[in-house]
Amino acid sequence: MGERVAIVGAGQTLHRSRRLDVSAPELIDEAVQAALTDAGMGPDGIDAIVVGNMEHFEGIHLSDLWAVEGTGGVGKPQLKIATGGTTGSSLSQAAYYLVASGAFRTVLAVGWERLSDSEGETTTGIVTAFDPIYERPTLAGAVSGLAIMACQYQSKYGTRPEDAAEVVIQARENALRNPHAHLRKPVTTAEVLASPMLSTPMRYLDMCPTSDGAAAVLFTSRPGDRSAAWVRGVSGAHNHVYLGDVAEGAASFLNTLTIAAERAYKQAGVTSPREQFDVVEMYEPCTWAALEWAESLGLCAKGQAARLWGEGTTRLDGDLPVNPSGGVLCTNPIGATGLVRVAEGSLQVRGRAGERQVDGARLALTTGFGGSFWSEVMILGRDA
Amino acid sequence: MSEQDPIVVRCTPELTYRYAAGRYGSRFLRGLKEGRILASRCRRCPRTLVPPRIACTGCFGRMEEVVEVPPRGELLAYTQVTFPFLDPFTGVKRPIPYCYGMVRFEGTDNTFQYFLAEKNPANLRVGQRVRAVFREERKGEMADLVCLEAAE
Ligand SMILES: [Zn+2]
Repeated sequence: MGERVAIVGAGQTLHRSRRLDVSAPELIDEAVQAALTDAGMGPDGIDAIVVGNMEHFEGIHLSDLWAVEGTGGVGKPQLKIATGGTTGSSLSQAAYYLVASGAFRTVLAVGWERLSDSEGETTTGIVTAFDPIYERPTLAGAVSGLAIMACQYQSKYGTRPEDAAEVVIQARENALRNPHAHLRKPVTTAEVLASPMLSTPMRYLDMCPTSDGAAAVLFTSRPGDRSAAWVRGVSGAHNHVYLGDVAEGAASFLNTLTIAAERAYKQAGVTSPREQFDVVEMYEPCTWAALEWAESLGLCAKGQAARLWGEGTTRLDGDLPVNPSGGVLCTNPIGATGLVRVAEGSLQVRGRAGERQVDGARLALTTGFGGSFWSEVMILGRDA
Repeated sequence: MSEQDPIVVRCTPELTYRYAAGRYGSRFLRGLKEGRILASRCRRCPRTLVPPRIACTGCFGRMEEVVEVPPRGELLAYTQVTFPFLDPFTGVKRPIPYCYGMVRFEGTDNTFQYFLAEKNPANLRVGQRVRAVFREERKGEMADLVCLEAAE
């Protein structure tokens, strides 16, 4: 497996609907400086950088050029990673591989997005990710793609909209404890069910917001006496080109998450995820996804996720807290979103998650979601 | 604007693109012109997929055979889109509401994402039989396939 790799620093910006107070490099700078401070390290300690966003939203290409003022990449190897929703988790995987290989001792991963730059047209950007001839005419971005998945899930298990609503209710409660979170206002079942329908059965409050923000995470093979979160499992699984191929099986929409999780669990020696993980930071772009994907991760049996949330297992004080940060449902700067999951997971096992800390967390599961329903998984532990 | 307000700069480009349908896509679109749905077949899996394409989703084998499949199938999932957004295909707001779904054409192994004739999602159900509706004047483009309508 090569070098053992630890996370020794994690930084985030304040994530907000519009960060008009800063430019893109200034936003990145905010996250990078926070990560360096957290690690007690200067920029000279960084040997290489991986950076990424989802290009269309800002209408900026060669975004790694723009980012360099914030990343401190001048004169160093700096690679751009852009895999859509998974950009942030791919950055963490790339940084891990670069350090594990022994090629670099310390690598900085930086994910960022300014979704407000396209003035509300996030769906437009997402639609351009898909085949222009066959699927762009019908697709309404992540909203309708996930609505199709929710339709299948609901039809199979009879899950009710109020079951899905419970996910965002708990997420918003958790976000109150996270100063970085974008949406920090509690919601009720009645409010969720009365929010505007976007694409049946997906309502406005079932869906993640669009945020401006950045995250930075430091991976190293030489943590020294620094507080460390050790990478215990890493895997990813890409998917087919057409959404019509993804829906082929219809039994489990996100089979890529199961594939990636099983490989990562094996590396980490996880045989009973529900018992062994202390905390989960899951990329849940909508309420329905949290339910179905908890099942894909083996956290409960198929069709049983509504009970996991309904019975409070997923609460901050529950048996298996899911997204103490408030998750993607409260904060979504897309190119940073997957890296925020890794950052939050690392803070949990380092015992540095502040008011959202899960008591005694030793093993964290983090996930990324993107593209045509593909997935990435990273497991972080207090112990190497 | 006060002294403290952040300054923003607006940019409104008009960009045009032209995409190649490719060898398989061109055959599919010419098929639509004739009112036919074409699929590609992998003999190794075996798998039959719409739209036809060069590589099999099951085994990455070459899909050398292109076959016609019946213009009818089963609806496996659907949604009614009701929120407004700028359509990157046309550069203007997409007309809403509309329904679309994932349809498995008879004799195929995947689904095809396309518009549904039905306007009210309450009248749709998973497992419903649907059939293809073609327009009269066909030009060899996606719009030749108008939608899929209930077949029962
Ligand atoms: Zn095959």
